[in-house]
Amino acid sequence: MITPQQVETMIRAKFPDAEVKVAGDGEHFEAIIVSDEFVDKNRVKQHQMVYAAVNEAMDSNVIHALSLKTYTPETWQTVSQ
Amino acid sequence: MTPEAQSKIDSLVNNNKVLVFMKGSKLMPQCGFSNNVVQILNTLGVPYETVDVLDDPEIRQGIKEYSNWPTIPQIYLNGEFLGGSDIAIELYQSGELQQMVEVAMAS
Repeated sequence: MITPQQVETMIRAKFPDAEVKVAGDGEHFEAIIVSDEFVDKNRVKQHQMVYAAVNEAMDSNVIHALSLKTYTPETWQTVSQ
Repeated sequence: MTPEAQSKIDSLVNNNKVLVFMKGSKLMPQCGFSNNVVQILNTLGVPYETVDVLDDPEIRQGIKEYSNWPTIPQIYLNGEFLGGSDIAIELYQSGELQQMVEVAMAS
């Protein structure tokens, strides 16, 4: 079991300037990441970048599922209103 | 990934316009995320094929490397990786998925 905070820390390590929010039950997690690094990248690429940050934990099945929502600061403005 | 798994996956994605790698079958999805994708495609009323990765350990592992994507389900549209359950839901809710599928079927 790992905590949402631990997942958040893993993601933050790869995206130091991002807004990261993670919720979960110890095995299944949901994350929202807002980062400049997503600009000009399609959704698949954005999610691949986040999955890369938690690669080991997913490979070893410590994280069973990680549902993602990724935004650039600009697209975040439109959904957060 | 073995060369056999690679060529098997190649042929599957290139010979089906809409293809879903999932856990279970259309009628009996074995996972909530796979079920989401099936429900969306059923709602769109589009013909699609599925591959049950629980039946084939080589494909189950191989598809993760093939798509550089760590989770199942995975959707392929016209031979191109579209995404997993989260992306399918987002595209469906924005209406983009319907358009993309129509374009794929017409091509």
